[in-house]
Amino acid sequence: MRFGVVIFPGTWSDCDFHYVIGEVLHQPVKYVWHRDTDLGDLDCLILPGGFSYGDYLRAGAIAGRSPVVEALPDFVARGGYVLGSCNGFQILCEAGMLPGALMRNECLQYRCQSTHLFVENAETPFTRGLRPGQVLKMPISHGEGKYYADPETLRTLKARNRIVFRYCTEAGDVTKDANPNGSLENIAGIVNEGGTVLGLMPHPERAAETAMGGTDGLLLFHSLVGSLVEDGSVLKR
Amino acid sequence: MAASDPKVTLELALAHGLTAEEYDRIIRILGREPTYTELGLFSALWSEHCAYKHSKVFLRLLPTKAPHVLQGPGENAGIVDLGDGWALVLKMESHNHPSFIEPFQGAATGVGGILRDIFTMGARPIATLDSLRFGDPEDPKTRYLIGGVVSGISWYGNCFGVPNVGGEVAFAPEYQGNPLVNVMCVGLVRRDRIFRARAEGVGNPVFYVGAKTGRDGIHGATMASAVFEEGAEERRPTVQVGDPFTEKLLLEACLEAMAGGAVVGIQDMGAAGLACCSSEMPSRAGTGMEVELSRVPRRETGMTPYEIMLSESQERMLLVVAQGREEEVRTIFAKWELDAVEIGRVTGDGLLRVRMDGQLVAEVAVRALTEEAPVYEKPTARPGWLAALHAFDPLSLPEPADYEAALLRLLAAPTIASKQWVYRQYDQQVGINTLVLPGSDAGVLRIKGTSKAIAVTTDSNARHVFLDPYQGAALAVAEAARNLACSGARPLAVTDCLNFGSPERPEILWQFAEAIRGISEACRALEIPVVSGNVSFYNETEGEAILPTPVIGMAGLLEDAGWRTTQWFKSAGDRIALIGPDAVSLGGSEYLAILDRRLAGRPAPLDLRVERDVQAACRAAIEAGLVSSAHDAAEGGLAVALAEASVSGPEAVGAEVELPSLGRHDLTLFGEGPSRIVVSVPPRAQRHFESLMGECQVPWRFIGTVGDERLTLKVGGSVLVSLSLDQIAHAWRTGFDRYVG
Repeated sequence: MRFGVVIFPGTWSDCDFHYVIGEVLHQPVKYVWHRDTDLGDLDCLILPGGFSYGDYLRAGAIAGRSPVVEALPDFVARGGYVLGSCNGFQILCEAGMLPGALMRNECLQYRCQSTHLFVENAETPFTRGLRPGQVLKMPISHGEGKYYADPETLRTLKARNRIVFRYCTEAGDVTKDANPNGSLENIAGIVNEGGTVLGLMPHPERAAETAMGGTDGLLLFHSLVGSLVEDGSVLKR
Repeated sequence: MAASDPKVTLELALAHGLTAEEYDRIIRILGREPTYTELGLFSALWSEHCAYKHSKVFLRLLPTKAPHVLQGPGENAGIVDLGDGWALVLKMESHNHPSFIEPFQGAATGVGGILRDIFTMGARPIATLDSLRFGDPEDPKTRYLIGGVVSGISWYGNCFGVPNVGGEVAFAPEYQGNPLVNVMCVGLVRRDRIFRARAEGVGNPVFYVGAKTGRDGIHGATMASAVFEEGAEERRPTVQVGDPFTEKLLLEACLEAMAGGAVVGIQDMGAAGLACCSSEMPSRAGTGMEVELSRVPRRETGMTPYEIMLSESQERMLLVVAQGREEEVRTIFAKWELDAVEIGRVTGDGLLRVRMDGQLVAEVAVRALTEEAPVYEKPTARPGWLAALHAFDPLSLPEPADYEAALLRLLAAPTIASKQWVYRQYDQQVGINTLVLPGSDAGVLRIKGTSKAIAVTTDSNARHVFLDPYQGAALAVAEAARNLACSGARPLAVTDCLNFGSPERPEILWQFAEAIRGISEACRALEIPVVSGNVSFYNETEGEAILPTPVIGMAGLLEDAGWRTTQWFKSAGDRIALIGPDAVSLGGSEYLAILDRRLAGRPAPLDLRVERDVQAACRAAIEAGLVSSAHDAAEGGLAVALAEASVSGPEAVGAEVELPSLGRHDLTLFGEGPSRIVVSVPPRAQRHFESLMGECQVPWRFIGTVGDERLTLKVGGSVLVSLSLDQIAHAWRTGFDRYVG
């Protein structure tokens, strides 16, 4: 499985994703510059965390209009997978690849802490190796992670089972106390209609080694790599 | 000379912070009156901030050499060898004055400046720490300052993408008008890829790279070299405005240009901006430099040569590029959407020549601005106030009626209580190296591709320094090293940030001189070189000086990352041991400060030989895999250390402890003394631990057992404290938040 990790000016989780994919998962991985639009040789594109363009204007707003992001609809239409974490999720929302918006945390402060995620949908290529109701531990690090969608969009997300992760307690209870940023209904991650574009605020790459405090983040990659193996190869080039 | 420049007079020189003697000296050097631009250059380069003119004679005492030191003081940052081809770059700096005037931007640009000091050496910053001091926590102004400073640090560091892995926040009324914001940064560089701030190679082009120049921060260095009077807020325009996004681009572009080999020398345009770079870089290399200011990218119109030279606009660097490789540098910076403009050349005549539109506006020997800056040996005097303070006997106060209440009050004191409110606003993990997050004795980071890790910490107990600057400063070194020992690391190097009042007062300069002596002595005894640092004088407002606060930043090495150890108890059944001597005192203690609002008495003596042995014993036990936790007993004494070990980890675990009686119970529980470490030892390792301590020849004893839902402290068989973990955790977790929440 060939991964690409996008670098926007201001991205900082690029090296971390590159390291985990290359050194921990031993999958082929390369960096993709934000001006590149030729994604032909990739199976999965990662939009990492950071402050693309300083997050000036709104988090992800400028990157959401960059050449590489404008090439995403074609990439997805050809069967490519996209995983946006943290700033990547914000960019996907700004680009209209995922519905809703990520607003300033309810506490009005940046939050870097460990969170627990309730797996709501275990049928996406990113979560296929998980059980519904499974609890994953992954850290967050953001100032603007409060997910919001209008009631109509929220209904659609629920009806189509597109809410993938919700913040929960260690025991798996989706409670207000377990919500670190005031996200609507504790939403931490969602997918597009086809299930091939995942946006989540937590950092799976920071939970990919025991030394870093846990390996639950790897489960997303295992699911993804497994999905590809099952399908033969995904990209219908 | 620019037409609009004011005429240079003695009055104008005085207004620039120069003395009449210094002004005469400038005229002698130049053989004429300086131009307005030259006056600006001298006033900035000869300021305390740049020239260390009051501190230089004392700083010479510091031990700076060791076989593993690759770069000592005198560059943008110090460097030590880590083995495996890696080197660690470290530096700490203050941004006290700007942070008081404008806490958010002041603290943010403090982070920006220290990051540039690290990556200008060719290193990628891998961690920051911050050491903060504030005044009365009850005062609304303090809440405003903390909020601003923490969010400024958070904003800049998070956006740039560097983890914050530790530091300290302490409170004392003496910081009310002058808080301290010290930021430390460490970075990793291949030892054969180190860059220095030297303008080598006559004829090499000089490039200005990074953000554009504006009028912000003009005379920041001069401001940092003066005491505050009423109306300090009016100096807000001297505070720079940060842009961490540009800094991130600058980092990537600089490292890319360095990797290609086009860069000969590089320096951050920090304090005193272009003036500082264009004189210090050639001065270090024995060359000269000429610059044409009309080429400097500007974001404001009508800037004078004086303003361009002295601007402290952030996120800028000066590069000396290998002749013929100019295009390479332009291409890299264009890729990162940054300006890179050739503004001058390295010359061989030792002069700094500044032109504006071809017209000469300054011509000065670079050495006159740098090495030949005045150096003073001003008088020092032992403060008269010390005798009365030392005469106070804390044991003349009555014992507390309720020891449980006293312990809870201490745990809830904002200096001791959990700082989670602060560090959860900082990214602690970006880079995926952080093995031990904030909240233990030191932050620990792995070095990818090796089995090694580094540990980093900052420390200073200003109350002890105030009461005894020599021993207090030595203690700061000892404590920092002890923090590292508790994490499993061997100390490698010190970077210091010396915060004091006005050196023009003999009592303050005495504090400084004594503190330097203490640091030197401790560093020699513990064999830790000082490789970089910063002096911040004039931390006074309206005649009131801060507590003398020499902050020690220290980095250490763990040969095996697996040795890393945290401060909290892990498993019921582990035996608790106290390594170290019994010598403690309530003089200058947190107990006295919190329960009696008093700063007096004499701190317990520090024996550096015992300190060294205790640390070695702790490390040996860790390396042999014999301890589950190790925690330094510092502020609040043994009772607080035990309570912290019980509740600071992911899961609270109680303990039952029989403390060795040291006389009065308040002394036993809350007395503070150096060289004391609380470790927990799994039962399987008990025998081995006992024999190892015997071999190390250090005082030690088992004092209790981990387990239970309570912390029980007994002395002489009678229970003094029996508190539920919930009670302890509540006090410790909410103590800080109640002032800031």
